[in-house]
Order: sequence, then C-alpha cells, then structure tokens
Amino acid sequence: MITIKDLHASIEGKPILKGLNLTVKAGEIHAIMGPNGAGKSTLASVLAGREEYEITQGDVNFNGVDLLSLSVEERAREGLFLAFQYPVEIPGVSNINFLRTALNEIREHKGEKGISAKDFMSLVREKSALVELDSKLASRSVNEGFSGGEKKRNEIFQMAMLNPILSILDETDSGLDIDALRIVANGVNQLKTDQNATIIITHYQRLLDYIIPDFVHVLYDGKIVKSGGKDLALELEEKGYDWIKNNTLN
Amino acid sequence: MANYTEDDLAKELKDQEYKFGFVSDIDTDTIPIGLNEDIVRLISSKKEEPQWMLDYRLNALAIWSTMNEPSWAHVKYKKPDFQSIAYYSAPKQTKKYESWDDVDPEMKATMTKLGISMEEQQRLTGVAVDFVMDSVSVATSFKEKLGELGIIFCSFSDAVQNHPELVKKYMGSVVPTQDNYYATLNAAVFTDGSFCYIPKGVRCPMELSTYFRINAGGTGQFERTLVIADEGSYVSYLEGCTAPQRDENQLHAAVVELIALENAEIKYSTVQNWYPGDKNGLGGIFNFVTKRGVCEKNAKISWTQVETGSAVTWKYPSCILKGDNSVGEFYSVAVTNNYQQADTGTKMIHLGKNTKSTIISKGISAGKSQNSYRGLVQIHKNAHNARNFSQCDSLLMSSECGAHTFPYIECKNNSAKIEHEATTSKIGEDQLFYCKQRGISEEKAIGLIVNGYCKEVLNQLPMEFAVEAQKLLTISLEGSVG
Repeated sequence: MITIKDLHASIEGKPILKGLNLTVKAGEIHAIMGPNGAGKSTLASVLAGREEYEITQGDVNFNGVDLLSLSVEERAREGLFLAFQYPVEIPGVSNINFLRTALNEIREHKGEKGISAKDFMSLVREKSALVELDSKLASRSVNEGFSGGEKKRNEIFQMAMLNPILSILDETDSGLDIDALRIVANGVNQLKTDQNATIIITHYQRLLDYIIPDFVHVLYDGKIVKSGGKDLALELEEKGYDWIKNNTLN
Repeated sequence: MANYTEDDLAKELKDQEYKFGFVSDIDTDTIPIGLNEDIVRLISSKKEEPQWMLDYRLNALAIWSTMNEPSWAHVKYKKPDFQSIAYYSAPKQTKKYESWDDVDPEMKATMTKLGISMEEQQRLTGVAVDFVMDSVSVATSFKEKLGELGIIFCSFSDAVQNHPELVKKYMGSVVPTQDNYYATLNAAVFTDGSFCYIPKGVRCPMELSTYFRINAGGTGQFERTLVIADEGSYVSYLEGCTAPQRDENQLHAAVVELIALENAEIKYSTVQNWYPGDKNGLGGIFNFVTKRGVCEKNAKISWTQVETGSAVTWKYPSCILKGDNSVGEFYSVAVTNNYQQADTGTKMIHLGKNTKSTIISKGISAGKSQNSYRGLVQIHKNAHNARNFSQCDSLLMSSECGAHTFPYIECKNNSAKIEHEATTSKIGEDQLFYCKQRGISEEKAIGLIVNGYCKEVLNQLPMEFAVEAQKLLTISLEGSVG
C-alpha cells in the first residue's frame, strides 16, 4: 500500500528524517515508537504534505502513485488520512458541514455523485456511535470547545466518515484518560479491514494494549533502527529508550 | 435555495470576477452635469414635486454650499468633483408603469441578470421588491396585497405625491438636513428611493426589499429611504446594491431613516456589492451613506450589513435609543480586498432608561486593503441602567492589508454597563492545512473558514439573503490568502 524509500526531510535547513524506510501492506497495523525528537510527527506531517518540510531525498509510493508529487488535498482524496495530534478548531463551521464538504470532495475525486442529505445523516449516526460521540458534538463547530478526549474521538469519527485506505494516527493517545483511550482504540479496531492499513505513532506502549499492531518499529534520529512484532513494544516499555540509544551508538 | 450545494458554489466561483459589471442598454434621460440652484429646480420639476419639497431641497443646497467635506475617516481617495457629476439620470419611460407587464423588456432582463427576476420572486418567495435604477424607482411588486393591510411600500417620489403628510412629518427627523456633508448633499439632490409605512399593530407578512442599481456612467446615485413602523408593528427590510464595472469612481450618497414608534420593531438588512474597482484600485463606487434610526419606548431597531463592494465605504448605521427599554443592534461583516477601503461601524446613542445595544462587527481584510471599525457608544445622563455589548473582530488574510479599530465610549451615567471585546487574527495556516488534509480544496476551505467566522452576523439575515451573502464573501476573497 505504501512504500517509503530512503526518505530525507528537513525543516528550516535542519535534517529530521535521515533515510527512513518503511513498507506497509493492506490489512496491517504498524506502530511507530520512539523518543521525543526522533522524527515521529515529522513523518506524519511529511506524508500528509505539510509545506514547511523540505523533502531532500527519497520517494514514497502510495498505491502506485508518487505521493510526494501530490498536493495535500489530493493525498487526502487518494485515501490518506491523518488523525492530528492537536486537532484544529474552526469556529462557526459545523462538524457536519465540514465533513459533508470533505466527503463530497473525495467522492467527486472518485467520480461518484455527492451524497444525499438523508444518506449522509444516517452515516453520521452510524459512525458517531462507533466512537460514542454525542450527536450534539456532530452539529457543533469543528473541535470548538471540545475537551481533549472529545477532539481525539472526533478525529476517529472523521476517519470513520471518510473511510480512508491509510490512516496515520499521530499521538492519538496523548492526553486521553483510560476510558477515552478504550473508546478510541475500539473505534480504530472496528474500522480495520483487509483493504485498509493503519500507522500508529506513539510515545507510549499503552495504546498498543488496545490496538494490537502487526509490526512495531522504533524510530530514532530520523531512521527506523529496529523492527519487530508486538513484543518489541513491551520490551521497549521495560528497558526504556536508552536501550535503543545505547544500541544505536554501539 | 435549500438545495444549494458546494458544487453550485464551485461553479459560481469559476465566474469569480465582479459579475454585475455589465451595462444595460437602456435609454436614459440624464440632465447636464453640475450642481447649482437651477439643477436642483430642474430635478424637482422633473419629479413634478410640490413647492414644500423644492423648498426643502433649496435649503439643503444653501447649507451644503457652506460645508466642507469631512476628512476624519481612515480612508484616502481623490475628492469627487461635484460639478462633474450628473445628478439625475432615469431610464426613459413614456408612461408610468401600471403593472409589471408594462416594464421595459431590457429592464426586466437587467433584473433577471441580477438574480432578482420579479416574476420569480412573486411566485416563489413572497418578497416584495422595489427596484431603483440610477435615479428612479422602476417597479414595486406586491403593492396591492400589502395595501390590504394598510402597508405603504412605494418609491419615495410616489410617497411625496400621495402621502405628503407622512413624508413631511418624518423626512429629516432622524437625519436632519444639516447633519453631515453627504447627507446634506443628498437632501438637495436626492432623486428617488423607497418609502415604507407599517400601520399600528401590523406585522408585515413578507420581507420588503429594495434593489439599488447604478447603470448610467458619469452619474451619482442619491437615494433616500424612509421606513416608519407605527406603534406595535414589525417589518423586515432588505436592501441590495450593484453597479457596472467602470474605470471612473462613481458616487453613491444615500440617506436612510428608520422610525420605530412605541413597541415597534424594524429589521434592516443590507448586502452591499457596489463595484469595488479593479485589482489595481482603478474605478469603483464611493459609498458615503448616512443610516440612522430612532427608537421610541420599547422599540427595537436591528441593522445587519454585509459589505463586500465599493472602492471606499464610509457608513455608520446608528440607533438613537430615545424611548425607555428600547433596543439597538448592529451586526456587520465588512470585507475589503485589493485596494478597497472601508471605514464603517455604528453609533449607539442611549437616551432612555434601560436601553440596550449590541454591536457585533467582523472585519475581513485581504490584498492591500484597509478596513476600519469605528463605533461610538454614548450613554446620556438620564439613561439609567443602559447596557452595551460590543465585539469587534478582525481577520487578516494577507500581510499587506490593515485592520483598525476605533471604539469611542462616552458615558455620563454611572449605572451603565459597557463591555467591549476585540480580537485580531490571521487566517490560520493550521486551519487551512486541516481542511486540506480532509480533501477540501483551498478555495472551499477559505469559504468555510470565513463564513464560519461571520456566522453570528450571517445568522441575522433572512434565508435567501444569507445564501447570497455567503457566496459573495467567498467570491470576494478568492485567491487572497498570502
């Protein structure tokens, strides 16, 4: 589904990603862990197409297309979804209106007709139940006045509505209490099919108690330095990131 | 209207230039340029006015000739040469229109292009429309139906002829002849406008709408609107404006007076889309307008304006809260792009006890434009327990534009409570990125964000107008983030 080859990226001339390689296939869940400053969020931003980052080397193949040549919105319409670490507030714009606009842009891109109001509303009901999102939140302004947990659930709700083929969850667990964590994880698990894939970016192991990854990668200093199964996450949790740092230095 | 979708908007956005810039080929009767007593007499005789009206005009002209053009507003422009303007221009007509069927087909075509086909309007929406082109009112719909309720909705000239007692009593009662330079000029040379009277206890069953259009070149438009809501009545009044695209600056100096008698309510909404000039600031309308209303006991006046047009805008729809417990509201969105300049806001004059006012102003500046909010809240010494809440927000779309806020507060009663909030923000790169990451194009994202920002104001507009205003906002700001 996505193949990242020797990816180098920098911001304001400072290199952050330094030759990252990663392949994710349909039906897989990958977790990317690493200490602060390793480049985890940079990876998410670069894949989504944030303009502040300069790609200095490497390429990314997403379902047969050169991802890096596409604009932010084209990537989204091709099925790439980023659940934001800090979801953005858009005052005065209802969640519903926002999502309907987004959904119709994606449908138009696929050559499909716009969704009817009736079908859209039943989709909203179905998907908001998935993350136990109060239907009132669906009609409120995008993320405005939402609690931290509600914002993260809203991200997963949007993901459910837009039905992407690759979802990147950027520190979705940060700031969540245990109940919210369970709800978010539950939503992600239910959305999993053998047609889509998920990359979970996280600092802590605890989200992985609820979403079982097929692969765990450790990102350190702009590169993936270790890959393994779900046990790697536990090992990391136990030994700490210093274990990786020391290993890498040796 | 309810079926209006984002796709429709996208289609319209392709046609993003000022779409009302066409000129209609209609024979006009235009008098020679210049301003003097003879011209004023000529205008008055063209309109077959009674002597008292001519006297009113001549008095205004005499006062005006002693006045100086004000320069305190935060706008820069080349002063109009008042001697090179034609003060009267009217579509030629052989007889008065008795019914819609009598209206010149070319005129009908113009209205259709403007999206105000009256046949449509009459059939579908139940909005009564008065259409003022250049200097005269050409068509007023729904007259009979309104007449049954005793509502008078007609052109100002008709009112002078048919309801002189009302015109004499109220004209100039809120905006006196000597009020300010442009209002005084208007009093001397105004050519037409709309007049509306709602009798005691009547709730006007439909929106009343006036559509102003400047068509002829080299002319100015000076219309006057007078709305009187008698005791316990209600009316919602809409006003729309467009003009052709020309390289010259044209002057629009209108006067609007609202009178809300005891327990009456007037809601006055404007979507102002006069030609704003081109990308380099050439041409466009100078929009120098005086709008003011007076509230008697328990009355309410609510101004809502969406200002996207004009090269220079100078206007402050105001409320004189004369009666106890009266309420004044001002909701405004002012958008400036390219080289447009706007200095707009309101005045809330609290005279009565327990009077309340609310001011919500949203300025949006793009390109190299300058956008100023100027507002006065004045609490007089007998205005016990007066309340005011003001909120002035500015949104900057580029790094070369300017947003300014000039709030003035004068309080002479210490039981008053006045709150003022102001914010300035730049359209967020983060918000745009968030929208785009969901698949939304930049154009649509700006449309969403800006309309969301203005929501409190747009919500005040009647449905049809709100949709129109949303489209206008998006079109005015096309490609302006930078």
